[in-house]
Amino acid sequence: MDKNLLAQIVFYFFATMTIASAVVVVFARNLIRSVFALLFTFFGVAGLYAFLGADFLAATQMVIYVGGILVLLLFGVMLTHKLYDLNLKSETYQFFPALLVVVIVFSMLTTVLLRTQWHSGVQSDVAPTTAAIGELLMKDYILPFEVASILLLIALIGAAKIVRRRSE
Amino acid sequence: MIGLSHFLIVSAALFSLGIMAVFARKNAVNVLMGVELILNSANLNLVAFSRFSAHNLDGQIFVIFIIVVAAAEAAVGLAIILSMYRIIKSVNLDRADTLKG
Repeated sequence: MDKNLLAQIVFYFFATMTIASAVVVVFARNLIRSVFALLFTFFGVAGLYAFLGADFLAATQMVIYVGGILVLLLFGVMLTHKLYDLNLKSETYQFFPALLVVVIVFSMLTTVLLRTQWHSGVQSDVAPTTAAIGELLMKDYILPFEVASILLLIALIGAAKIVRRRSE
Repeated sequence: MIGLSHFLIVSAALFSLGIMAVFARKNAVNVLMGVELILNSANLNLVAFSRFSAHNLDGQIFVIFIIVVAAAEAAVGLAIILSMYRIIKSVNLDRADTLKG
C-alpha cells in the first residue's frame, strides 16, 4: 500500500536522524559539535511526535528544546571555556566498562519490549490536539499546572541567584 | 506497518546513548546533554503509548510537565556548572572532589 510505504519512509528518516545525531552527541570529541548534533536529535524527536499525531508537542519541542535548552547549553559551553580555546575537547572516562553496561541495558530493554504482547487498542484518527490539551490543562490538570508554574519560577530565581557574582 | 515497538526501540536506543554520555563523559555540560537525551526518550515512550494504547491525551499532558521540569533542570544544572567553573576553574567532573576524604 502506498500510504504505508510513505509512513515507513518518514518514520525511518526521523528515527535515523534522531539516533545518528544522538551517537554524535555522545561520541564526538568536540563539544561544539555535540551541541549542534543535539539540535538534530531534538528535531528528529519533534518529527516523531508529529508522526504520532502530537502536533502541539512537536511545536513545543521545537520552541522549548531548540529555542531554549539548546541555547542554554551553548551558553554553558561557551562560558566554561576560554575564548581562544578553539578545540574544546571532552575526554571520555571508563569508556569500555560504560559501553558494556550500555550494551547490556539496551539489549535487555529491546528483548523485553519485543517479547511483550502489547495491548493495542483501535487507533483513533489523527486530530488536532491543541484545543483538547488546553481544555485538559485548565480542567483536570489545573493543580499540577499551577505547581509547575511555581516550580519554573523558583528554578529560574534560584538559577539566577546561584550564578550571580557575590559583590565584595 | 509502523507499530508501537518501533518507537519503543528508538526510545531505548536514545536512553542507552543518554546513559553512555552520563557514564563516560568527563565534561559536566556533556553529562547534562546526556540527561536531556534520557528525558527525551521517556517523552517519546509516553507519546507512543498515548497514541497506541490509550484513547486519551493523558500521556501528552505528562510530556508537557516533563518538558517543564527539564527546562527547570537545565537552568539550575547550568547555574551549578557555572559556579563550579568559577570555583575550581574547570568543568571536568573528576576535579570536583573537594568533599572527598
